Amino acid sequence: MSGGLAPRTEIRLAGEGGQGMILAGIILAEAATIYGGQNAVQSQSYGPEARGGASKSEVVISPGEIDHPEVLQPDVVVALSQEAFRKFGGSVKPGGLLIVDADKVDSGSAPNAIRLPITKLAFETTGKVITANTVALGVLVGLTGVVARPALEKAILARAPRGTEEMNQKALEAGFAAAEQVKNS
Amino acid sequence: MTVKLMQGNDAIGWGAIAAGCRFYAGYPITPSTEVAELLSRELPKVGGKFIQMEDEIASMAAIIGGRVGGLKSMTATSGPGFSLMQENIGYAVMTEIPCVVVDVQRLGPSTGQPTAASQGDVMQARWGTHGDHPIIALSPTSVRQAFDLTVKAFDLSERFRTPVILLADEIVGHMREPVDLPDFKSIHIFEQQVTDSPADYKAFRNSPGDVPPLAAFGTGYRYHITGLFHDEVGFPTQRLDEVDPWLERVNTKLDKHLDEITFLEEDYQEGARVALLSYGASARTARHAMKLARQKGIKVDLLTLLTIWPFPEKQVEALGERVERIIVPEMNLGQLAYEVERMVGRKKVRRVVRANGEMVTPQMVLDAMEN
Repeated sequence: MSGGLAPRTEIRLAGEGGQGMILAGIILAEAATIYGGQNAVQSQSYGPEARGGASKSEVVISPGEIDHPEVLQPDVVVALSQEAFRKFGGSVKPGGLLIVDADKVDSGSAPNAIRLPITKLAFETTGKVITANTVALGVLVGLTGVVARPALEKAILARAPRGTEEMNQKALEAGFAAAEQVKNS
Repeated sequence: MTVKLMQGNDAIGWGAIAAGCRFYAGYPITPSTEVAELLSRELPKVGGKFIQMEDEIASMAAIIGGRVGGLKSMTATSGPGFSLMQENIGYAVMTEIPCVVVDVQRLGPSTGQPTAASQGDVMQARWGTHGDHPIIALSPTSVRQAFDLTVKAFDLSERFRTPVILLADEIVGHMREPVDLPDFKSIHIFEQQVTDSPADYKAFRNSPGDVPPLAAFGTGYRYHITGLFHDEVGFPTQRLDEVDPWLERVNTKLDKHLDEITFLEEDYQEGARVALLSYGASARTARHAMKLARQKGIKVDLLTLLTIWPFPEKQVEALGERVERIIVPEMNLGQLAYEVERMVGRKKVRRVVRANGEMVTPQMVLDAMEN
């Protein structure tokens, strides 16, 4: 006999191919499982393109068994491109959290969206827009606490290519700082 | 104990290495490519060989040859490649050469949608190659099971001298879950033991129910290999007194051992009038729906099949006697449901199906239970 249905937090990370959203999902799942003692399932979908096209990464996090492995109705959606917002912005659960990149997404149809200049923050902090996925993880975890901050830090550092640890650490801090500002506003 | 976040396809690759697979030949295809990627990197480290072939027909031929040469062998593909492999899967059946064929199912027919999920190859795994023949197909529901069932696939293929299909799907192949793999040294696979002298050895000895041991080429044992019906040393024959015993032996060689081949999980509830029966990624949906139903106070049985072929007739028939309705969620238009209907009758079976690349949802299963 198995137990009842365990509570689950469903997260959908979406952007253009090449923005690192699939890797962000893997890092979040590693933070939850290897470094956070929870259970998680990460899955993804993407088109045939190497860059561009819509890319989506999903993470389900739970203290218990995860049965259906895909997101059913996300608690959190992060959209880093207009296409990602158009496809997935409306999928967030009522009362859930929608985070968009303020410079890339016109979220007029979603007045409750949290608008942060995620890619710009990444560029200003590290000089590289490719750290936007790390900033986004800082924002997401800063706002939700779905994993503990030290667990996320460990997961990011374990995945960061050698020589980029400090850069990723800074990007992560920028994300957490932006989340604090949202919480205090 | 080291927990890692691992993709299903990687777990299949590690399962092959743990089982002693030392020859892989394949042609990369989404969504199975990670299996080849892992083995191209890891096989040489354990003294194995990896070769990328020109297509799937050649891949299948190569692994048959690899095994005849003495190495446990595997290939991995998806629907379009699995179609091309069918001819030589039949050759492996006919010549009784053990091998493992991984099919990470994607949406078809034809090229279909490379990154979209499906369970549309259930019947192809059973009947894709022509002629009457036994086959084994195992279907994992999780990353850990992808590892375990790959190991089992090698064990069963050696034990029964048959190709074994690992029928995975895009969901299980591509999803990542935390796993803690066992020590590979603790894994034991059936090994061929040839006790006859080379002079007396018959690679296709026809004692009823027998699986004669396979001697590798180059070890002093002589036999012939052909896709034609053959006598006990492998030469073509049309004599009915040689063909009939072969048919009898090969088509019944799994029958006495079904309990060792049939893997399934039963989660039954006293007084249940409805059951969910599923496999692969859809089994996760069924389990989710089962928990939702039980929360609502609905009693429900859950049967998860890890062995699809040979179809677990006895267990499904028994389930049909327990309940009034069996719901079969799957990502095709009802391929496994045909088999369930064959065992319990059409009226008892309700299909909950999707063949557009998306998973069945727990709510769809719940709706079928309540209406």
